[in-house]
Amino acid sequence: MCGATEGGLSLDGVNVAKEAVIQGQVLRGTEPVGNAYVRLLDRTGEFTAEVPTSATGHFRFFASDGEWTLRTLAPKAEPVDNKVVAAVGSVAEVIVSI
Amino acid sequence: MTRENSLVSAQWVEDHLDDANVVLVEVDEDTSSYAKGHIRGAIKLDWTTDLQDQVRRDFVSKAQFEALLSERGVANDDTVVLYGGNNNWFAAYAYWYFKLYGHDDVKLLDGGRKKWELDSRELTDELPTRATTSYSAQEQDLSIRAFRDETVEAIGVKNLVDVRSPDEFAGRLMAPAHLPQEQAQRAGHIPTAANVPWSKAANDDGTFRSDDELKQIYSEAGVDWSKDTIAYCRIGERSSHTWFVLKELLGEQNVKNYDGSWTEYGSLVGVPVALGDEPGEA
Repeated sequence: MCGATEGGLSLDGVNVAKEAVIQGQVLRGTEPVGNAYVRLLDRTGEFTAEVPTSATGHFRFFASDGEWTLRTLAPKAEPVDNKVVAAVGSVAEVIVSI
Repeated sequence: MTRENSLVSAQWVEDHLDDANVVLVEVDEDTSSYAKGHIRGAIKLDWTTDLQDQVRRDFVSKAQFEALLSERGVANDDTVVLYGGNNNWFAAYAYWYFKLYGHDDVKLLDGGRKKWELDSRELTDELPTRATTSYSAQEQDLSIRAFRDETVEAIGVKNLVDVRSPDEFAGRLMAPAHLPQEQAQRAGHIPTAANVPWSKAANDDGTFRSDDELKQIYSEAGVDWSKDTIAYCRIGERSSHTWFVLKELLGEQNVKNYDGSWTEYGSLVGVPVALGDEPGEA
């Protein structure tokens, strides 16, 4: 896992006090999935944003206070939904297993 | 236009990888994506440096577009197939741009880069070589490009379709949640605009919804099919995606993309602005 940051993505340069960060890693077993797509859906299921995972399977969103759903799509896997609560001033870490 | 002559599937692209008259072009928001891997034979266009004037806020001129495509090896009679990340936002923008300069045969890869990757199809980091050409562009087709004055005049008269997220439409955000919150002086939307986020038109894998589903989505949002339409977003790329749906997939005749979009409109002095989730009054 060259380049991966233990315990999640580095928050260097992010003003956590002002952001509602949702971030994490997509794993297949213990292997990071570097070609997944993570979609951020709001509490009504409306699409808000989407990011491809990094080579180490990591992703990050700057959301706002509230409940969100992460929908993860990856090759040779069914879509996976994970509920997450975000709050300004905190970092919600999510491991997505596909 | 119809779905059959404006959209191709990933399988179609795979079947035509060695077709000399098919030119694959990757256009991404993240302009480094191409270097990490692209469809074999695909060339790259950088929307920030290749497709925008580097001094004024405008597109490159006809002569610059001709020089660009000649240098990249695109000929007038080539079939240009565009694809990219972010559900084809910038590929759709490039599609509209090729149409603006009159390229005859342009297609979009349904689902873009995401669908290609989710299908586990091959990507390569090999750079293609193409012989230069003498590309000849047409004058801009302004029947598909809206400017600010006609957009202001369209309030309460034509369909205005704001394809940004509900939070941007209402004025709660200035940009999508994963991008810098930048640029326009005021938040909100153009009064009377219907809010149909671009994402409504696409499935999770990035492919377009069926024509029947698309027609229903815009009808329910209040689009009057007897009127002309102007689509806009923040900088004109997401609205290219919706322009593609309305003009090329559904075959509506008078659909324009307002590429100035909110970053221009929201900075204009004296124009009306609506806040909140409702379209607002003319």
